[in-house]
Amino acid sequence: MTGTHHAGTSPATDYEVVIGLEVHAQVVTESKMFCGCSSRYSGAPPNTLVCPVCLGMPGSLPVMNRTAVEATIITALALNCEIPEFSKFDRKNYNYPDLMKGYQISQFDLPFSQAGWLEFDDPANPGQMRRAGITRVHLEEDTATLKHVRDSSGETYSLMDVNRAGVPLMEIVGDPDLRTADEAGSYLRAVRQILRYLGVSTANMDEGAFRCDANVSLRPWGQAEYGAKVEVKNMNSFRSVVRAIEFEIVRQRDLLDAGGRIVQETRGWVDDRAITVTQRSKEAAHDYRYFPEPDLPPIITPEAEVERLRSLLPELPDAKRQRFADAYRMTSDIADTLTQTRALAEYFEQTVNLSGNARAAANWITRDVLRILGATGAEIDQILLTPAHLADLIKLLDTGTISGRTAPEVLEEAVSTGSMPREIVQQRGLGQVSDTDALTTAVADAIASNPKAVADYRAGKATAMGFLVGAVMKATRGKGNPGLVNELLKQQLDG
Amino acid sequence: MHGTLSPLSSRKGDGARGGAFCPAIAAHGMLGEFGLMGAPGQPAGHTRHMHVTREHLVGISGDLTALTAPEARDLLVRRQISATELAHAVLGQIERTESQVRSFITVTADEALAQARAADVALGGSDPGATPPLTGIPVALKDLFCTTGVQTTAGSRILEGFIPPYDATVVARLRAAGAVFVGKANMDEFAMGSSTENSGYHPTHNPWDVSRVPGGSSGGSAAAVSAGQAILSLGTDTGGSIRQPASLCSVTGLKPTYGRVSRYGVVAFASSLDQVGPFSIGVEGSAMVLQAIAGADPMDATTAPFAVPDYRSTIRDGVKGLRIGVPAEYFTAGMEPDVERLVREAIQTLTSLGATVHPVSLPYSEHGLATYYIIAPAEASSNLSRYNGIKYGLAALDEVDMTRAMDATRQRGFGNEPKRRIMLGTYALSSGYYDAYYRKAQQVRTLIKADFDNAFASVDVIAAPVSPTVAFKMGARIDDPLAMYLSDVCTIPVNVAGLPGISVPCGFDHQGLPVGLQLIGKAFDEATLFRAAFAYEEATSFHRQRPPLAEQAGSEGSVNQAAMGAGKAGGPQRAPHA
Ligand SMILES: [Zn+2]
Repeated sequence: MTGTHHAGTSPATDYEVVIGLEVHAQVVTESKMFCGCSSRYSGAPPNTLVCPVCLGMPGSLPVMNRTAVEATIITALALNCEIPEFSKFDRKNYNYPDLMKGYQISQFDLPFSQAGWLEFDDPANPGQMRRAGITRVHLEEDTATLKHVRDSSGETYSLMDVNRAGVPLMEIVGDPDLRTADEAGSYLRAVRQILRYLGVSTANMDEGAFRCDANVSLRPWGQAEYGAKVEVKNMNSFRSVVRAIEFEIVRQRDLLDAGGRIVQETRGWVDDRAITVTQRSKEAAHDYRYFPEPDLPPIITPEAEVERLRSLLPELPDAKRQRFADAYRMTSDIADTLTQTRALAEYFEQTVNLSGNARAAANWITRDVLRILGATGAEIDQILLTPAHLADLIKLLDTGTISGRTAPEVLEEAVSTGSMPREIVQQRGLGQVSDTDALTTAVADAIASNPKAVADYRAGKATAMGFLVGAVMKATRGKGNPGLVNELLKQQLDG
Repeated sequence: MHGTLSPLSSRKGDGARGGAFCPAIAAHGMLGEFGLMGAPGQPAGHTRHMHVTREHLVGISGDLTALTAPEARDLLVRRQISATELAHAVLGQIERTESQVRSFITVTADEALAQARAADVALGGSDPGATPPLTGIPVALKDLFCTTGVQTTAGSRILEGFIPPYDATVVARLRAAGAVFVGKANMDEFAMGSSTENSGYHPTHNPWDVSRVPGGSSGGSAAAVSAGQAILSLGTDTGGSIRQPASLCSVTGLKPTYGRVSRYGVVAFASSLDQVGPFSIGVEGSAMVLQAIAGADPMDATTAPFAVPDYRSTIRDGVKGLRIGVPAEYFTAGMEPDVERLVREAIQTLTSLGATVHPVSLPYSEHGLATYYIIAPAEASSNLSRYNGIKYGLAALDEVDMTRAMDATRQRGFGNEPKRRIMLGTYALSSGYYDAYYRKAQQVRTLIKADFDNAFASVDVIAAPVSPTVAFKMGARIDDPLAMYLSDVCTIPVNVAGLPGISVPCGFDHQGLPVGLQLIGKAFDEATLFRAAFAYEEATSFHRQRPPLAEQAGSEGSVNQAAMGAGKAGGPQRAPHA
C-alpha cells in the first residue's frame, strides 16, 4: 500500500492529504523532571522510585530539572527552532488516576522554543530532501502507568505504578506539512535520528520512550482551509504509524466520496485489526484550563545561554553525511549508511584515524561490521571488535602482513574473542611469507616442477603466470605475499 | 506512611535531665553570667531589657501561659522554668479552655511532652544560651502544615486520616529551632474562609467572646495563642488569613513577603498568594518565628534567595523619622466607626513616637477583592484536583467504578466553600473565559502592585485597618459568602501585591472586642514592620490584655500546677531558683 495513496488516485475528488505529527520523547536524565527520584524506572519494582513530589502529596512542590530544560533547548536548536528569552510552565488540568496532581505540568503559550524545521529523506524522490516545519519543542512530565487486571473470578481492577510519573517528557510538535504516510515515516526516522545523535533520548518506541500521535485531515486540492482534523493515537511502532495514517487517509477519502462528513475526533489505532476506532469526539474533548504554573518561576534564557547550548550541539546527521561524502570521497549511500547513528559514524572515524585508510574502513564497516550487528542484534558499542581492532586488521592488510584471503578469518576470530588481529595472526601463524629467501626457494621449486607453464609463459601466455603464482601459494599454504611471489617469479623466469 | 517522631522526641535523654537542673551547675555562677551578658551568641540588642525573675514576668499567679516567647526563652535559658513545666502549663490550658474555644483538630500532648523533655536536656547542658532559639517553646501548627506521623487535614474531611510521611519545611525548621508542637490548629477548610466556621470538623470560637468567630482561615492558630493554649503558632495568609484572625483575637500576626518563607509541605490553597507566618503575644515572638522559618528552600522554587536579616537586632530601633503612608481608600464605607477611630488613634500614637504621616493613594486596591476571587479560586480549582481518594485521605470505596469513586470522594469529602471555589475557578479558567477573567485579573494584579510601588517611593510603611469590623457573631455571614469575603477587603490587596503585612492589637471597641492595626511593608522589609509594630506595642498595653477566659483558666491552672509542683517536691522539672 505504501505510497499509493497520492491524491491523484482518488476516484471522485482530488484531495490533498495533510498530516502533522506530535512526538513525545522521554528525556534521558538521572532524576525526574520535578523531584530527586531516579528517572531510570525500567525494571524497577513498582512504586519504588517515588517521593511526596511525584506522588502529588499535599503541599509538595515541583523544582525544575535543569538538565531536562537544557536537553529540550538543545533539541529545539537542532531542529532549527527559535528560543524565546522568556518561557514558562503551565498546568494542564484533567482528571485521570494516572495523573498524580490532577494536572500535568506542561508548557502552553510560551514554550522553550518555536518555529523550527526539519529536513528528511523524500520517499518519493530518493536522494532528495523534504522540509517540514517544527511548531515547537516543549517540556512536560510523564504520567504514572495503569495496569488493568482481570482476576480469575472475572473481576476487573487497576494497578498503578508511579515510578514513571514525573519523568521528563519532551514534546515535538510538527507543522501540518506532511503529505503522505511515507513522508510521516521518513520524518519520524529523522526526528528519532536527531534525538539519538543528541543523546537526549533513547527514542526507543517499544519501551515507550518515543511516542507518536498523528493529525490527519483531507481537503480538496486548492482549498485553503484545512479539513476536519482526526488525531490518531496508540501506534506503538514506526510501521504502525505509517499503516494507521494510510488507513485513516483511505477512511476519510471514502467517507468524503460517499458524501459523508469527517468528524473532528480522536481515534485509536487497533494494531491487530489494522483499523482506527473512535476514542473521543470533539464534544467530549477536554478543556484543559491551562494557566501559568504558580509553583515555578518563569524561565529566562538569555542569548548567551542559547549560544552556550548551541555550542554543545554535536554535528548533526545531515552535516555529517555531507562531510563524509566530501572528505572521504564516498557515495551518498555509503555516507548515509555510516551516519545512521552517531556511534557508527564515530566508529568509522576512529577506525580511519587509527588506520589511515578511509576507503578500507568504510568497506569493512558497511560490509562486515553491519552484518555482524545485524546477525547479533548488538549495538556498535557493545561488540568486541573496536575501531582499534578493525584498524589493526586494515594495517595488517595494507602492510602485506596478511592477505585478503586470510583477513575474514582473522576478523571472525577478533569478533568472537576480542583479541587483536595482530596477535591472532601471530598465534595462528597466519602471517604472509614476505621473506625473500624462503619464497625464492618455493619459486625455484615451482619453476622446476612446472616446465609446461614455464614454456607457456615464455611463449607469451599471460595465464601461465597465474598458474605459477598459484603453485607457489599452494606450496606456502596461502601465506606467500602475492606481490612478492609475482616479482620473484618474473625475476627468475626473465633473468 | 506512618512516620516516626522527630529525634527531638526521643526519650533517651531522660537520664541526663536530673543533672541538667542540678543546683551545682547554677552554683558555678552561670546564671549570673547570663543575667549580666545575655545568652551567648546573640546580638547585644536582645539583652537591652533587664532580666527579671519569674515572679516579675508571670506575676504572682505564676501563669506560664501568659508568657511571651522572648520571656519564655529568657526564663528557659536561665532555668527559671523548664520546658516540661511550660508544656504542662499550655496543655493544661488546652484542657481547661478547649471545650469553649475549640482551637485544635488534633492535640499532640504526648509528642509535646516528649519534645519538651528533649528540650530540657538541651537546656540543661553547659550552655543553655546556645540552644536553638525556640527550644522548649510551645507552638501550635495550623492543620495544613504537613507533620511527619501526625494527621494533617487542612480542615477538610477529604484528608481525614492522612498522616504525612514528611515535614513541611517550616515544620522541619521549627523542629530544628527546638519548638515543642502542642497540636494541629483548626482552620477553614483548605484555608477558604474568614471565620473558621468552614472547618470540616468544628468551628473555633473567639476567646474574647465565644459567641463570635475568631476570624479565619487561621482561626485556630490565632485563638490558641490568644487563649494561652500555645505561646506561638503558625498560620497561613492567602487573603488575610493570618492578619484578620490576629486582629479579631488581639494577637500579633505577620504575613511575610511572598517568597520569604517556604511553602513546601503546606497544603496549597492559592499557590501564588499563600504565605506562612507566625502568631504571637507581642511582636518579638513573631520575629523569633520568622527568623527560624524564613529563607530560601531548595524544595520551593518560589522562595527568594535573599539573606534573612537579624530581625531582633533592629526591632528596638524605634520609629523616629519613619514615614507612614495612610491610604484614604482603606478607610471606607462599611467600616465600623470604632475600628476607624482606633486605627487612626494608633497612627497618632506612632506619630507621637516620631513617625511622620503622609497620605498615599492606592486606587486599584478597590479591585483587589475581585482580582483575588478570580486568581485564588482558579489556582485552588487546580490545587484541589489531587484529592480524589486514590492515594490518601477519604476514599469512596463503595463505588466500584474508578471514575465514579473519584467523583464520589470529592462530592462527599469537600464542604460547600471548596466546592464553590472549585466551580468559580474552573469557570474562570475555562476555554473562552480565560482572557476575560484570569488574564484580566493578572493584569489588574500588576496595577495593584504598581500602586504600592508608587506609594513606597515616598513612605516606609503603610498603615491601614486589618478588618473593617470586629469579630462577628458565629453564623452571621455563613449564608452570605459575599459578606464573608468582604472581611478581607483591607488585607487582600497585600497578598495580591505579594507584600508583607502585620496586624498588631490597637484597642477594643465599645463592646470590648479587639481591633488590629495593619502595617504594610515593602517587599522583604519585614524588619521595618517589626520595628514599627514593636515601637507601637511598647507605647501601648493592648497586647498584654488577655481574654478573661484565658486569664481565669490560666490562674486556675497555675494554682493547680503549684499544688502539683509542691506534691512532688524536688521533681526534675522544677527549675532551681537563682
Ligand atoms: Zn519523586
